[in-house]
Amino acid sequence: MARMKFLCDADRCIECNACVTACKNEHEVPWGINRRRVVTLNDGKPGERSVSMACMHCTDAPCASVCPVSCFYTTADAVVLHSKDLCIGCGYCFYACPFGAPQYPKTGNFGSRGKMDKCTYCAGGPEDDNSQAELDKYGRNRLAEGKLPLCAEMCSTKALLAGDGDIIASIYKERVAKRGYGSGAWGWKVAYKETIAI
Amino acid sequence: MTSMLSKVIRTGLLSLVFGLFVVAMPASAQQPSSVNPTAQSVKEAQLLDALKPGQSLAGRVSIPNKDAANLIQPGRDWRAFNQETLPRIGTIAILGVLALLVLFYLVRGKIRIDAGPSQMRITRFGSVDRFVHWLTATSFIALAITGANVTFGKSVLMPMMGPEAFSAWSGMAKLIHNYVGFAFMAGVALTFLIWVKDNIPGATDLKWILVGGGLLSKGTHPPAKRFNGGQKIVFWSVVLGGAFLSLSGWHLLFPTAEGMAEAQWHATLHGTVAFVMTALIIGHIYIGSVGMEGAFDAMASGEVDLNWAKEHHSLWVKEEMERKSGSRISGAAQPAE
Repeated sequence: MARMKFLCDADRCIECNACVTACKNEHEVPWGINRRRVVTLNDGKPGERSVSMACMHCTDAPCASVCPVSCFYTTADAVVLHSKDLCIGCGYCFYACPFGAPQYPKTGNFGSRGKMDKCTYCAGGPEDDNSQAELDKYGRNRLAEGKLPLCAEMCSTKALLAGDGDIIASIYKERVAKRGYGSGAWGWKVAYKETIAI
Repeated sequence: MTSMLSKVIRTGLLSLVFGLFVVAMPASAQQPSSVNPTAQSVKEAQLLDALKPGQSLAGRVSIPNKDAANLIQPGRDWRAFNQETLPRIGTIAILGVLALLVLFYLVRGKIRIDAGPSQMRITRFGSVDRFVHWLTATSFIALAITGANVTFGKSVLMPMMGPEAFSAWSGMAKLIHNYVGFAFMAGVALTFLIWVKDNIPGATDLKWILVGGGLLSKGTHPPAKRFNGGQKIVFWSVVLGGAFLSLSGWHLLFPTAEGMAEAQWHATLHGTVAFVMTALIIGHIYIGSVGMEGAFDAMASGEVDLNWAKEHHSLWVKEEMERKSGSRISGAAQPAE
């Protein structure tokens, strides 16, 4: 089985936000929630870079660790998913996540956040693959259809890579070797406790 | 004529532009052959190294949710605290105080009224006092149980109940916790208002604490006013601990007003203070019920046995006797001695 990861090549990202839009459309994500977002660092200064970021599907994920009802699980492809049936909307995963991935449909008072929502790596949830219940709660399950996450698949500059960690790391390494520079595999050190030497 | 003129001008401009281009050619050829476009670019490794603990790597986003501008928040301290330190604090605090109480009960037994029940009763707490006490007490117990569920539930209850039932209970517990919190806040505020005047620490309390309140040996009863040293410790712990719990809880309740680092800090404070308070309150419940004869009456009917009052609150009884009109002593007409 593959160890699925995301890798954003910030030297290619043009901050078009198409990944954000495609994700929202594909999964019909609730209002106010962006499972993926593009953050621009050093905005307007020389050397500005943009990074597309979502749930990184961490190794030994902090969200799963702190969840008081243990609603998270890791698939055979190392994708971190959760059950919205078990989630109580306490907010702990949001406190623990290094990437700000968990979000809640409501910002109501008295802690009524609703069920947590986050990037599923286009892999749905615990329901049957591609069932209506899965679609309603988590969005499309492209992985079950043999497809990779849509954000990476439709990235116009191929900045955002998704797939087996070793394969996307070798693609990135090849790029860095060829062009002679690379700003790093954003988030890898924190998510996977390893990074790509460049 | 005009078309001729424009043609001439156009040709002239074109040749000028072309000429400039030709002139510029050698200039660009003199520039360094390979320009490194990332010479000044931000690099993840450098940015992460520059972060101080608790800081996050942030930029700009074009979506309305400005919290999303935090790209990476590397700190995993809160996770370690929440999963290891806090359960340890909770276990030590709760099991520790229970062990101490069992030991105390085995050594000292139930603390009796040394002079025996007097058949005479003195009003200790009126209805307002008791209402405030039980408002705070019941809400605290509900909050302690539903709060401890967050820390210990998944390791203790979930294996017994199964994930679905445990999730349903935890969802309910969260709602109870979030709403009953307001009753507790009101209780703490009222506790402070109605009892602060009798809880100013003084020399009497120091003496009381130095002899352990007389709890350790039979027949020792250091003088005390309306509240003795031990009760004043409970009072100030409830007021200060309650204030910390209320403030941190308030921040956790209203998600729009919180960033992640702030929320982590409030959750840390909330959990730690809560377990320390729970341990203290278990001790308070013990000594107010099974641990001491006659103590529970104070918060049940509000009327306590006169001999109990003389032993535990001698100075208060004297004060009450002096302004007898304000205090009702009921029961058989015996001289109070």
